[in-house]
Amino acid sequence: MSLSKIKFDKKIVLSFWIILIALIIAAPTLLPVFRLNLLGRYLSLSIVALGVDLIWGYTGLLSLGQGIFFALGGYCAAMYLQITSSSEFPNNIPEFFALYGVEKLPFFWGPFRSPVFTFFAIWIIPALVAGLIGFLVFRNRIKGVYFSILTQASLLVFFNFFNGQQKLINGTNGLKTDVTQLFGQMVGSESMQRIFFWITAILVIAAWFFAKWVVKGRFGNILIGIRDDEPRVRFTGYNPVIFKTIIFSIAGGLAGISGALYTVQSGIVSPQFMTVPFSIEMVIWVAVGGRGTLLGAILGAVFINYAKSLVSEALPASWMFIQGGLFILVVTALPEGVLGWIQGDGPRNLLQRFGLKRKIETYPSLEVTNKEGNNE
Amino acid sequence: MNNKDLLNLIDITVSFEGFLALNKLNLNLKNGELRAVIGPNGAGKTTFLDVITGKVKPTKGEVIFKGKSLVGRKEHKIARLGVGRKFQSPRIFENLTVKENLEISVSTPKSPLNLINKSIKDEQLNEIERLMKIVNLAQKVDSKAGSLSHGQKQWLEIAMLVGQKPDLMLVDEPVAGLTDEETDLTADLLKSLSGENTVVVIDHDMEFIRRLDSNVSVLNQGTVLCEGTMETIQKDQKVIDVYLGRPED
Repeated sequence: MSLSKIKFDKKIVLSFWIILIALIIAAPTLLPVFRLNLLGRYLSLSIVALGVDLIWGYTGLLSLGQGIFFALGGYCAAMYLQITSSSEFPNNIPEFFALYGVEKLPFFWGPFRSPVFTFFAIWIIPALVAGLIGFLVFRNRIKGVYFSILTQASLLVFFNFFNGQQKLINGTNGLKTDVTQLFGQMVGSESMQRIFFWITAILVIAAWFFAKWVVKGRFGNILIGIRDDEPRVRFTGYNPVIFKTIIFSIAGGLAGISGALYTVQSGIVSPQFMTVPFSIEMVIWVAVGGRGTLLGAILGAVFINYAKSLVSEALPASWMFIQGGLFILVVTALPEGVLGWIQGDGPRNLLQRFGLKRKIETYPSLEVTNKEGNNE
Repeated sequence: MNNKDLLNLIDITVSFEGFLALNKLNLNLKNGELRAVIGPNGAGKTTFLDVITGKVKPTKGEVIFKGKSLVGRKEHKIARLGVGRKFQSPRIFENLTVKENLEISVSTPKSPLNLINKSIKDEQLNEIERLMKIVNLAQKVDSKAGSLSHGQKQWLEIAMLVGQKPDLMLVDEPVAGLTDEETDLTADLLKSLSGENTVVVIDHDMEFIRRLDSNVSVLNQGTVLCEGTMETIQKDQKVIDVYLGRPED
């Protein structure tokens, strides 16, 4: 814990932020469009990862169904873009409806003509769905592995439902966004993509601060309390159901924002966002980055996905093995994840093991719980 | 039933798939009373606490606390009504610091909105300071609770219990694994709490129970075998047969 407790010099913190902001501003000129677009997509995935860290790392709820909320956010954004760009198509409705002979817009599309409604829908709809699912599950005291199975089952229900609704949302083909218009510009154009990158970068930072605010102080401590000993929290007079519903709902809202940003940068939303492996990958990013660290979730999402695209370019089909190996490595050797390992005296213990650093002669301080060994 | 009673257990029966953990148990507690509950293993001591705190719903019978029935209420609602519980093995939040543990117990109201929006009140901070002094943990404020010694954990949990300001404190084996000196201090602490609070202590340690100098209820096979002062119950033939028969140490 020693490293995490160090208060960094204000100047170092300030220069870190200046460099970070400069990099964000300069990224579109430094990176080729293709790479920039990838980075933007991976940054948007780090927002869903932050949500996973809040519910899993802090509260102990391992959800394998975050894809539901991610996809809902994506669909909200895509519906808005499709419907506002449909003036030249028959009946003034999105083009795909003609394929299935639909002439009248399904009722739920209507509100998405409004940009204000869409702006709120992107995060409120996933948050409400998460809150509802969460409340029903938590009220019945379903937890642990049963909770994980239930979220995965819900994911499959949503996946199958969306897949089958050709006449409502173009079913398995999904909704394309790259050829739609936003503020008179093509969404897939280079200049729009640059703006989406900046918006994403800002929202990642905002989401990070928001998550930090949520877990700081007593509310966050109750979440940790629920993770470590839920009955004890009950007997102290708190209702864990409410706390879990709130945090699950927050994670759902973050997933929605993440999905919307991912959709506009990848050009399409489809039920593929709700496949089982994708939601499990979200958990892997957080596990590798470091549970309960927030920053680890962001770094895990960005680096693993970047590695995935680089590896897949060089050695197609080898990524699944590497990802599996990475997960096994983290589970067996770094249970706290990479960032958790660094913060928890991991590097010093490693150096000591190789004799590169002298062992401390007394306990560094009694509050250090040394899980790594050090007992030779 | 008496108006001065804080808690009445009336004919409580708890049946776990045919096994009677409690069998028509009757017990009344007066306001401000300190009561010790003893009994051999399997007598139903912990189930008795589970029934009061809402963890286990009685198959039959009624629990009246401050004139209200507790049966069917949720654990957190019962806790908010003023029933606090300390568990057999210390159950504290090991990944939080001593201070954070106490913050959780003293914070009111216990709603998410209050906790996320507002910082802790000054009087609650003072209360935490006071509690930490009472249980000798003032130097450990920012230590992780998991790094405390067993005795310190027991005391932290007692401090958390007191911080909750319950009218009824249920204390399950507070001195298990403590040194003699710590045991004595704990007995004094519990005695000082009664009067203002009503305290129920469950323990095996006869020396400790004697120090509490309180009324004792002996449980056996899910029912109250005998009640009275330590002297009375030691002379009771039924108690000697089931419990005190062997020489104590």
